[in-house]
Amino acid sequence: MRQNKEKGSVTDSTQTDQPLVEIEASDIAVGFNGMPVLRRVDLAVRSGEMVGLIGPNGSGKTTLLRVLANLRPAQAGVVRYGGLSADEIGARELARRIAYLAQGGAVHWEMRVETLVALGRLPHRRPFQGPSAADRDAIEKALWMADVAQLRRRTMAQVSGGERMRILLARALAVEAETLLADEPTAALDPLHQLQAMDLLREITRQGRGVIVVLHDLALAARFCDRLVLLAHGGVLAQGRPEEVLTDVRLAQAYGVEVLRGERDGVSFLLPWKKAKPCEGDADDDLNTSTNEGAHGPRRPDR
Amino acid sequence: MRSEAAAEQHARSYPTLVIGLAALVLALFCISLAIGYAPLDLKQAIGDAVAGRPTLAALVLTELRLPRALIGALVGFSLGITGAAMQGLMRNPLAEPGIIGISGAAALGAVTTFYFGIAGTVSLALPLGGIAGAAAATFLLFVLAGGGVGTMTLILAGVAINSFAGALTSLALNLSPNPYAVSEIVFWLMGSFADRGMPYVLLVTPMMAIGWALLLAAGPALDGLTLGEDTAKSLGFDVGRLRLQLVGGAALSVGSAVAVTGAIGFVGLVVPHLLRPLVESRPGPLLLVSGLGGAALTLAADIMVRLIPVTPELKIGVVTAIIGAPFLFSLIYRLRAEA
Repeated sequence: MRQNKEKGSVTDSTQTDQPLVEIEASDIAVGFNGMPVLRRVDLAVRSGEMVGLIGPNGSGKTTLLRVLANLRPAQAGVVRYGGLSADEIGARELARRIAYLAQGGAVHWEMRVETLVALGRLPHRRPFQGPSAADRDAIEKALWMADVAQLRRRTMAQVSGGERMRILLARALAVEAETLLADEPTAALDPLHQLQAMDLLREITRQGRGVIVVLHDLALAARFCDRLVLLAHGGVLAQGRPEEVLTDVRLAQAYGVEVLRGERDGVSFLLPWKKAKPCEGDADDDLNTSTNEGAHGPRRPDR
Repeated sequence: MRSEAAAEQHARSYPTLVIGLAALVLALFCISLAIGYAPLDLKQAIGDAVAGRPTLAALVLTELRLPRALIGALVGFSLGITGAAMQGLMRNPLAEPGIIGISGAAALGAVTTFYFGIAGTVSLALPLGGIAGAAAATFLLFVLAGGGVGTMTLILAGVAINSFAGALTSLALNLSPNPYAVSEIVFWLMGSFADRGMPYVLLVTPMMAIGWALLLAAGPALDGLTLGEDTAKSLGFDVGRLRLQLVGGAALSVGSAVAVTGAIGFVGLVVPHLLRPLVESRPGPLLLVSGLGGAALTLAADIMVRLIPVTPELKIGVVTAIIGAPFLFSLIYRLRAEA
């Protein structure tokens, strides 16, 4: 990771003094074909903040992220970008403010890495004009930040899975948006690359940008995010600092798992360990508060 | 590694590539003017034509050779650019200009004028019939695409339109009043640039030009689509509007192409495929390059048609298919070897 390369030069100093609310969603409801998926979701991301969106499969994480990115409409509620609605901002300006990293990372044509990353500049390009100096600069920074500059001449067929994800992340960085919405950027990455990807997202927040990231890995979520939003049972089950959200009760309710907890060098961590006792069912309230408490003491993995 | 270096070199020289292909098209255009069945002193013909002397040479040039070469270039450009646009929209290298059903409908429209016997009696009835067919299919596609359906539905609609148009074309052959009409229809369907006069050129040029403009303007959005529809949207492109724009562009350019020349296969499929590595697989820049490549290929094929001494003259659709199919096989073989 080349973290210190252009530090400061990218930071918009006017925004770092007090965190601005970049995206604010209030009372969002979404559904598919009349089937409600999410109700009464309130969520905000401020500049310099990393918000983790977690929850079991099918809990609506991607759906919510797509609503936040204005890729699909909400049935109810509003999403505001710096206080304005998407219509007030306009599609092109919104594209410059919000970068979206899709899940899966499909690339349909075998472009060179550099060319692919340059696609992130499309919202800034004027028709029938080549890349400007600012475009080239942004592409260069993105390539270095994501640590893929050495791959720039390769085609997408000539890179590994981990490199591919970093290249796609570089594409999103090249937008130089205020906010990055990333859908499972660590999926299909080995542990080292997962950590690298999360480090990179943290680096982005240090530049004063906001990040909303969908994660499946609770350990990464706990370790890297400033705040977590736990989606389950058709809404927000919990929202707040990781230690507030990732309680035994909530995890049992949301995922039906028990976790192991530990601490090392003053940093606490958790590890999904086994299926929770079968008593949560579809209970949507805290009826089973005491069932899972204290079942296991913190056990430290021997690493 | 070798292809990597080549790709880089080519990417940096996009203007060179465009100029090179344009020069190739121009050269083939001139050769096309110089080649024909009647002996012609080209220099004298041009001199007479410019001076406005209605000599035989001048007439052969302006009434036969020039429209033929122009139609060849226009139709080839339309097929090439539309093929590239459809492959970009579908994000699939096997898409071709006719995939959304416009070509089949245009052919049916033209065949209908044969069937009712107005093709031979009313001037320009044939291309106008083709255009009407294309317009009907476009209307159907617009209603569908305007309703917000996805690209997959568009493809399925294309399959449905193509098979329905094909069935009605067969019906026209089936019920044809006499064998002469049947052979006329069958030969027309094979595609040819022969005997299309200047009125044809003037009829289709404006429509094609608007179609090309619509397709070329979609370049950046097609680039954005490389990473999927969500990412394209997040880059500020309206994918729904893009579909309408491309359906409209394809209808105008390919609809009018088929209306004047009949069905010419493989050009719109093979040309984008062949030229894609030269623009580094970028769907946007591929549009113009593919258009020029298509024009070059059809002009070359039409020159070949006139150089091969068989009677009746080979139909250009037959020639492009005969060249195109083995070529496609070699591409598939290469793809297989790479995978």
